[in-house]
Amino acid sequence: MTVATKPRIKLPDTVKPGDVIEIKTLVTHVMETGNRKDKDGNPIPRDILNTFVAKFGNAVVFRAELGPGISANPYISFQMRVPGPGTFEFAWTDDQGTTTVETTTLNVV
Amino acid sequence: MDSMRRIQILSRRSFVVSAAATFCLPSALARAGSPAASVLERTPQFEDEFKKRVGQANPASGSIILDLPEIAENGNFVPITVTVDSPMSDADYIKTIHILSTSNPVAHVATFHLSPLNAMARVQSRMRLAKTQEVIALAEQSNGSMLIATALVKVTIGGCAS
Repeated sequence: MTVATKPRIKLPDTVKPGDVIEIKTLVTHVMETGNRKDKDGNPIPRDILNTFVAKFGNAVVFRAELGPGISANPYISFQMRVPGPGTFEFAWTDDQGTTTVETTTLNVV
Repeated sequence: MDSMRRIQILSRRSFVVSAAATFCLPSALARAGSPAASVLERTPQFEDEFKKRVGQANPASGSIILDLPEIAENGNFVPITVTVDSPMSDADYIKTIHILSTSNPVAHVATFHLSPLNAMARVQSRMRLAKTQEVIALAEQSNGSMLIATALVKVTIGGCAS
């Protein structure tokens, strides 16, 4: 299943260079574990987002490998020190290799 | 009518008490039998996964905090926060944080890769818990040493076959 709706990213409204900020991300996905069965008893194949990569400018600032133990609609938050103005690029990749990308500009004052 | 109601309440309470006694008994016995052993079972898959992540290191506890609710009403959405006390400088930082579950069908929950760019070793997510169990957080430092934290979560309704 591909991502149906636009991922949600929460950043502070304004930041200064040097601030340590929290980046909150939420994406819509079933995160089907592969252990469940449908109503006819057939196993439902595994379908999860297995990789999350966050880049700021050209630098990878955070990376995660996810397993089926992560809840549906994965929420991930992490920290970063603001090096200066720039744009985040968040990418989630599912078991089929489909990648969902979301970009958000950081409002540096 | 009033007395009928009281009888109903009493019987429900006595049922709860007896049910609790039934559930608590095996674990109490296990604890009495082997005080050092963990009361909760750990899957062989968890043991393999744990060995794979830890390797030869001897993980220390203390400067890593694993924050999970004591009781999770819904095992499908359990908020988890891992915070490691680290300067996150170029010389001394946290490289990776692993989350492992001791009794889920798949032991490996997530691995987070950090760098000095993060300035603070703190990650948050939401995880599934199939049943009452311990959750383990492992943090690998830039010098190769490991940190460990364990949290016990009582699960009321399990996350369906996570």
